[in-house]
Parts: sequence; C-alpha cells; structure tokens
Amino acid sequence: MLGEQELMSVPGLSEETVRHIVQEEIERAAARDQAVRSAAFIASKGTLDWAYPPLILATTAAASGMDTSVFFTFYGLNIIHKDFERKLKVSPIGNPAMPMPVPMPNFVTGLPGMGPMATHMMKSMFAGKHVATIAELLESARDLDVRLVACQMTMDVFGYSQDDFVDGVEFGGAATYLAAARNAHVTLFV
Amino acid sequence: MATTHIDSELDARGQLCPMPIVKTAKAIKELGAGGVLKLLATDRGAVTDVPAWTETTGNELLEWHEEDGVFVFLIRKAG
Repeated sequence: MLGEQELMSVPGLSEETVRHIVQEEIERAAARDQAVRSAAFIASKGTLDWAYPPLILATTAAASGMDTSVFFTFYGLNIIHKDFERKLKVSPIGNPAMPMPVPMPNFVTGLPGMGPMATHMMKSMFAGKHVATIAELLESARDLDVRLVACQMTMDVFGYSQDDFVDGVEFGGAATYLAAARNAHVTLFV
Repeated sequence: MATTHIDSELDARGQLCPMPIVKTAKAIKELGAGGVLKLLATDRGAVTDVPAWTETTGNELLEWHEEDGVFVFLIRKAG
C-alpha cells in the first residue's frame, strides 16, 4: 500500500481524498484489532471495599462483549476464596475517608471491635442501596465467562490449595497474566 | 412520535452499577438481530453508561427519556 506522502504526490488526488483514504484504512485496522475487545485486570487487594472495583470492571467489560480475565494475586486471593464472605472485611484504620456514624479521631478506629463494626456498616450501607454483593458479582462474572485466575505463587506462600477456591477458578502465574494483557488494550492493576 | 415495537422489557429499577449493564447485555443476547429492548432503570449512572455501552457493543440506543424518576431506554440489537 502507498504511504500518505506517496498518495499526496499522486496527480489528481486531492488532500481531502487522501485524508479520507487514510481515515478509512485506520478504521479498518481498528476493526481488525482484537485488543479493543479484550480486558485484563489484576486484583491484588483483599478487603471488602477493594473487592468491588475489579469485579465491577470485569463484569462490565464482559457485558460489553470483551474477552475478560482477572488475575487474583496476594491479598486479592481472598475475593475468590470459598470463605470470601468471612475473609473480606473493611478496616477504618488509616482510612480517614471512610464515612463513620460519628466523627472520631482515626486512632480510635484501632480499638477492638471497630473493624467488625466498619465491615458490618459497609455491608448494611451497600445492601440498603441495593449494590450487588460480592457473591452476585462472582456469579455474574461466571455467567459472562470472565476468566478468574488465581496466582499459584501467592497461593503456595499463603498455604492455599486449589480446593480452597470457588468453582471455575484457573491457576497460573505472571506469564498467564501477561499472555492475556499483551492482547488487551484495557489492563488495570487494582 | 412513532411507536417502536418492543420485543422485550427489562426492569432494572433499584439496581446500581454494574447490574443494569450486566442484565442489559444478557437481555440483548437473548434477542434476535434488530430486536428492541426496553430498559427501565433508576441508576443515574445509567444515563451515561447505557450510551457508552451501546457505543462499545455496536447496538443502537434509539432513544431515552425520564419518566417520574425512572430512566427509560430503547435499545436496538445490532445485526
């Protein structure tokens, strides 16, 4: 194919025509680009609040027709652990942005009972607003064929076995994530 | 305004992100090409999310309007 400069020098072709041809070629290339329809996320955090963003993005990406995968590593393994309901908590310690029922200095949030209270409070708040639960988001992710990949290395470090995880989880390492990510325009580390 | 033939209806009232989109995708999947879905949502985010989703997926947002705090979308399946 001729380059833009060569096209410009072809007699009888106006600049407008050349721009139009180039624009069409770009659009054709974009239509062939599979990476536009792929998303690869990493979920590295194991608290209730941080379990939401990767699952919301992954289900929405899959619902938008994208091949989607989530790589769960380090504390992110909590999200797909069979016991995720109990493991996913929220901590107000060091998190001054967390809305509290009454104003309090942040060091008070370190007192016994504050963690469970904050977790309970966030669950009630979410339920009250009809936000999907983590269980519902995981179910949607499975329905939408989102690939859920657990990091084998951190599983070994934390002493987890493959049976500890919810159904449908695959197991792999950094190369598995990169194989998905190199073919995806949307990649995010959460 | 000419009335559009509705093939299926999805009530996502009371649901928040990402559920209206997740359920819309499922409902559209079940429709034949050219089928029209009527979506009801109360999530304010849907006002920007639904057009963004139709643009990403190539489906067509025929129209949307607000009716007593409910957002009503008509989406035509591509193809």
